[in-house]
Amino acid sequence: MRTEDLIKALDADARDKAMPMGKAWWLAVGPAVAIAATVFFATIGPRPDIMPAMHTMRFMSKFVFTLALAASAFALIRALSMPGASTRRATAWMIAAPLLVVLAVVLELFVVPEADWGKRLVGSNMMICMSFIPLIGIGPLAIFLGMLRYGAPTRPVLAGAVAGLLAGGLAATFYAAHCFDDSPLFVATWYTIAIAFLTLLGAIGGRLFVRW
Amino acid sequence: MTGKDEAELSRLLRAAIGGDERAYADFLHRVATLVRGFVRRKIVQGGVDPEDVVQETLLAIHVKRHTWRPDAPVLPWVYAIARFKLIDAFRRRGRRIEIEIDEIAETFAEPETETVSERDINRALDGLPPAQRSVVSSISVDGQSIGETAAKLGISETAVRVSLHRGLAAIAKRFGRQ
Repeated sequence: MRTEDLIKALDADARDKAMPMGKAWWLAVGPAVAIAATVFFATIGPRPDIMPAMHTMRFMSKFVFTLALAASAFALIRALSMPGASTRRATAWMIAAPLLVVLAVVLELFVVPEADWGKRLVGSNMMICMSFIPLIGIGPLAIFLGMLRYGAPTRPVLAGAVAGLLAGGLAATFYAAHCFDDSPLFVATWYTIAIAFLTLLGAIGGRLFVRW
Repeated sequence: MTGKDEAELSRLLRAAIGGDERAYADFLHRVATLVRGFVRRKIVQGGVDPEDVVQETLLAIHVKRHTWRPDAPVLPWVYAIARFKLIDAFRRRGRRIEIEIDEIAETFAEPETETVSERDINRALDGLPPAQRSVVSSISVDGQSIGETAAKLGISETAVRVSLHRGLAAIAKRFGRQ
């Protein structure tokens, strides 16, 4: 088949239109959040003292971290799914969530006596944290990898890893409403490990499934 | 040159997305020329047929045209896809190449024509289910319209459009998997 002939076929197929990628990403957020919410409320659910907890800085700071991660990963994955789109600014914003966590850890180390550091870091929930963040995040991760297939990421492994970070940020936001361990020391350790697992899973998914 | 290409190509693609089929054919022809020049410059040793990469790139541009934002420049998008498909072609043949992004900016169109040889796309076409294959080759190789193809095969125009769309998507997917 000559290239000339191929163009005839492509031109004849011009009428079929797919949803623009940018809009499709926004539409994917709905099902992703719905799946995460369903898994969360069907299993662990929010902690019973969530109303008074919402008046404490430590509890609320967890949502600042996780939402910062989700928002920056969302901006980056959108750019990564569109060929030739600049990723520089979105990549720079990825520093926001880790930076906030580091700041909070430093503050925590100042405020809390050294004798309590270990107790705060280990907490009481680390196994639940490390199993439920991936469990809540796996459905959204599948949706985001599907979106990458719909898109055209020229760096599929990186895009898959960012899909894992996005799913991790979303899942951690829900999990944070359950967890009693509000210390930044706990969050910086166990949330990071759980999200790193989803990131690795996303990178593998990107390598295996995101072909175009 | 590149600035003029950019303005003209993005105008054509915007018009094509708006439903102008002539603009789309024009866009694809110009992109084919640009990509052919780019790919030929990159392939110095043999092993990869430039025209195969041109065809893969055109197909990818077609099935992924929803990933272009109408307010973004079109050339970086086109070259990012061409570069991806070129690296993919080398990867399939067990080679590695490095492409500097700066070099892309220097690339400009030359009146280069394609060579004729056995194409990867023919193998992909042969792998399609018979209904899709006959529709795709009727419109491409035989150069018939949707209406003529429908009359020849005794099916509705809608069925022709569906088979064409699915056939092209399947060929594009096969390229990605090879």
